[in-house]
Amino acid sequence: MFAYSIRRIFMVIPVLLGMSIIVFFMIRAIPGNPAQVILGQKATKEAVEALTHKLGLDQPWYVQYFKYLGGLLTGDLGESIRTGASITEEIWPYLAATLELSLAAMLIAIVIGVNAGIISAWFQNSWFDYVAMVLALIGVSMPIFWLGLMEQWIFAINLDLLPTSGREEVRNPVTPITHLYLIDTLLQGNTEQFVQVLQHLVLPSVALATIPMAIIARITRSSMLEVMKSDYIRTARAKGLSMFWVVYKHSLKNATIPVLTVIGLQMGLLLGGAILTETIFSWPGIGRYIYEAIGYRDYPVIQSGILVVATIFILINLLVDLLYAAIDPRIKYN
Amino acid sequence: MRRKSFLTMLVFLFILSTILVGCGKSEKTSGEKTGGKGDTAQDTLVYGRGGDSVSLDPAVVTDGESLKVTKNIFDTLLDYNDGDTSVQPALATKWEVSPDGLTYTFKLRQGVKFHDGTDFNAEAVVFNFERWANGNADTFPYYGSMFGGYKNDESHVIKEVKALDEYTVQFVLKRPQAPFLKNIAMTPFAIASPAAVKKYGDKFGENPVGTGPFVFKEWKRNERIVLEKNENYWLEGYPKLNQLIFVSIPDNSARLNALLKGEIDLMEDLNPSDLNQLEGNKDFRIFKRPSMNVGYVGLTTTRGPLKNKLVRQALNYAVDKKAIIDAFYSGQAEPAKNPMPPSIPGYNDAIEDYPFDLEKAKQLLAEAGYPNGFEMELWAMPVPRPYMPDGQKVAEAIQANFEKIGVKAKIVSYEWATYLDKAAKGEADAFLLGWTGDNGDADNFLYALLDKDSIGSNNYTYYSNDELHKILVEAQTVSDENKRNELYKKAQEIIKEDAPWIPLVHSTPLLAGKANIEGFNPHPTGSDKFTKVEFK
Repeated sequence: MFAYSIRRIFMVIPVLLGMSIIVFFMIRAIPGNPAQVILGQKATKEAVEALTHKLGLDQPWYVQYFKYLGGLLTGDLGESIRTGASITEEIWPYLAATLELSLAAMLIAIVIGVNAGIISAWFQNSWFDYVAMVLALIGVSMPIFWLGLMEQWIFAINLDLLPTSGREEVRNPVTPITHLYLIDTLLQGNTEQFVQVLQHLVLPSVALATIPMAIIARITRSSMLEVMKSDYIRTARAKGLSMFWVVYKHSLKNATIPVLTVIGLQMGLLLGGAILTETIFSWPGIGRYIYEAIGYRDYPVIQSGILVVATIFILINLLVDLLYAAIDPRIKYN
Repeated sequence: MRRKSFLTMLVFLFILSTILVGCGKSEKTSGEKTGGKGDTAQDTLVYGRGGDSVSLDPAVVTDGESLKVTKNIFDTLLDYNDGDTSVQPALATKWEVSPDGLTYTFKLRQGVKFHDGTDFNAEAVVFNFERWANGNADTFPYYGSMFGGYKNDESHVIKEVKALDEYTVQFVLKRPQAPFLKNIAMTPFAIASPAAVKKYGDKFGENPVGTGPFVFKEWKRNERIVLEKNENYWLEGYPKLNQLIFVSIPDNSARLNALLKGEIDLMEDLNPSDLNQLEGNKDFRIFKRPSMNVGYVGLTTTRGPLKNKLVRQALNYAVDKKAIIDAFYSGQAEPAKNPMPPSIPGYNDAIEDYPFDLEKAKQLLAEAGYPNGFEMELWAMPVPRPYMPDGQKVAEAIQANFEKIGVKAKIVSYEWATYLDKAAKGEADAFLLGWTGDNGDADNFLYALLDKDSIGSNNYTYYSNDELHKILVEAQTVSDENKRNELYKKAQEIIKEDAPWIPLVHSTPLLAGKANIEGFNPHPTGSDKFTKVEFK
């Protein structure tokens, strides 16, 4: 197991290297000169040429790439072309914002999704099953943009329950320590702000949770249905175990593997795919950080942002792989 | 082991339900809290906008989002009047122009201090102008484009800037520049504290120090910029607000939701279609920014049938501007017949627009040799702008108009940076675009957008006319206002005849805010000073 983990971790290196190359070339294939974009519609030709030179964008691609790679190896993610800020210093607050949001969303998605899936399987073809699965279908196909605006309209404006956007009260901002605001406000013992931060988290995390929740519910249902048809379940029932025990203990455990895989993948997707939610709720996360960088052709930010997200994605998948073994003793890594 | 995992599950469910209950509770308190806060925060104004600033050093940027903020941290020698671009005193109280138009002498306001406590004086003004003149197109882009280049350039307008005494500064020009005073009043040419510029160097843009009504306090990128009242502001009794906070909420509808909820006090870029949500609501009011923009269809004069002037004229006849304004601007725009808005001196009101006349259009097409029309691409802007709130829909309307004269337009769109890049290279047949003026001068529209010198920068249609070029260059140096206006009127006639554009609209950008906001007059340049704004 230990040797396997080490091997898996080393395998991450070529993957990351390959990815850095792909990202590097892909963004350079998009038309649009960063210098032109940064200086805006109103810039003169000379200004654009001067900035292109200053940014080193007139150098051959391999010089640019190896410079970038060299920086990465020393932990330097580069500098934003647009703001001149160091990405290594700048990226954590954005990442923390996205982590907080996607963890909250995942928590909602897992708890509701898994339970809805289980109950649907348990009472297969009941009204609950039908309603849950129709809702799941709607959830998968719902445009987040619309959902987000509707949430704001209903819960923030009409019912006046929750704030519409942002991470915190603008007039009562949080003093960041870790940049995970729930933790920061707890560390500072500021319950008022903790509650405010939690309130700001509700609408975006629900919007973000919709799709993974629906997918998890469907996978859990089908996986549970399969397991519940197996012999050992019938035996357990025959022994007189209560249905609740059979479902939540005996079946769930064996049905977990595919669910876990989906959860791992969805978590990864949430990290990079929260852009729409982050835009609607003006959540200062990494998705928006990268998205805005694309608008400005801020190559270093796009590269490093994607690299960081991809690294986390790979790590989550690694974690899921390792969890399999912990859950299912039949899985052995040699 | 099995028991353990079941226990874990139970604990997990317990934690979750606790959290959910917690959320339920906190929801209740939120309503009370926000309501309470809204009532007490009467000296803090939260301004919601679409994007973040790039830098807070006004001299190094060209984007409106940066200038909106720096306008409140810095002052310029002269400032624009409320509502138009005529100039009034600011850091300079009086000025004199020599009869040959080559020497400008400014008397400076006395006793003004920068936010860092250092003195504002003639030396500070000289320092700032020297700093810009020694730069280049990369470091101080606006300086070069407004003053004809930099120190060693032949075309540089400013010969020297000198301090005659502590509060008198003199500019000597190489040749007269008609819009010189208007240029001096532009937000990028605000006077920064020399001590702070030296102290922070490259980081001055994150630590701006000026003499303006508000002092920079905090900037959290992509979230907010916080400014605080300058207690020692030179205008007695101002500013009224204690704090001014700029927050970024990218989506227009989400920003409106934040306003309705009371999280922000004032918002810009209200969708014209959202007007009805606020009408009749006495808690809010609409602010209209006087129009200083133009939205247009560019017709690339180097491509296919569009090379032919008659074809371009025909397309001008074929667009129903009024229908477009009613449908997509909720009436908050006026049809454009010239490439610049009527508020700008030199506007030629005698020009008669191409009427919406399909027969005439068909006739011209036939004359040009396209009796059955032709096919082309029509590019739709992918981003909303005040002059083009919904590029896709406007493009569809124009497509339908063109269809009627046999011109089949295929609508194409790209991501914004790609769009501009490709259009600048002349790859579009017809494309939607627009422009918001910087200083209210005709040169900033006609020369910047349609002169042959601007091909490769902002003349996306590749329109080139030597006669027009001569007129526009002459107008840059003529200091007699009347003569200058005549030149621009002539220029507009030439442009109308050659029809490189279909000028569509001059739109009125809309803002919305709390009803008790007073003293806020949106400025046509798009940058507002909040000195006199307060809550009643």
